[in-house]
Amino acid sequence: MTSSSGGVSRTSRSSDADVEPAGSLRAVSAIDRTAVAAVFAGGVVGTLARAGLLEAVPSAPGAWPWATYAANIAGALALGWVAARTPRGSRQRALLGTGLCGALTTFSTMQLELLEMIDARRIALALGYVLASVAAGLAAVALGRRL
Amino acid sequence: MSPAAWAAVGLVGGIGAVARSLLANAIQARAGVRFPLGTLAVNVSGAFALGLLMGAAPGGDATLLAGTALLGAYTTFSTWMLETWMLANTRRRLAAALYVTVSLASGLAAAALGRALL
Repeated sequence: MTSSSGGVSRTSRSSDADVEPAGSLRAVSAIDRTAVAAVFAGGVVGTLARAGLLEAVPSAPGAWPWATYAANIAGALALGWVAARTPRGSRQRALLGTGLCGALTTFSTMQLELLEMIDARRIALALGYVLASVAAGLAAVALGRRL
Repeated sequence: MSPAAWAAVGLVGGIGAVARSLLANAIQARAGVRFPLGTLAVNVSGAFALGLLMGAAPGGDATLLAGTALLGAYTTFSTWMLETWMLANTRRRLAAALYVTVSLASGLAAAALGRALL
């Protein structure tokens, strides 16, 4: 769970590695700068792709947000693929998973879109957006792992 | 959008992704549990911040940069779904269902609270 929530692993210094078991809490740690750079680079590309999609396919407040939906499902599919093929804590995972897929997809925009649907009294649409996002998101992760 | 605006969107999005990664990992490590509290904390705090931003209604480039780019990249849908799938796939279906519902309920509440505050 820990490494799937972010690719920048905190690695213990070599002098501490002998006394502290791998994967446990580490008192003394240093952040892997190359992994940070990889997350940043992936984040730049993912954000640009999502912003480009929002520019190309704008949606009115309270209407079905096709751009966000497409970015989220595509990102979940891609992350399923990446997670099945790159080792946890690797730089490839940091670049493609945490950086690219993480930034291509968004949770905060989805919540604001749901609020706007509720504002517009489109409760069925809001429920449909939630269910379609979670169902397709989970299916996309499962499919991505098998591709 | 101008080339400068696109460059700023990319830069700010990269910063958001790094902030997510560092914060989620730090919280997850300190929580000492397998439940994905790191991503949950990042997503809910990002929804609250986006609520604040929309409440302030700056419009234009501020919404694009702070909302779409920074908070959009800071929060994540794909990791949320991957973690849910992993919980469900390791016979922790109740935890998976809890993760989805708690994320949605607290994310919506945080966004609404943020919007009401400003």
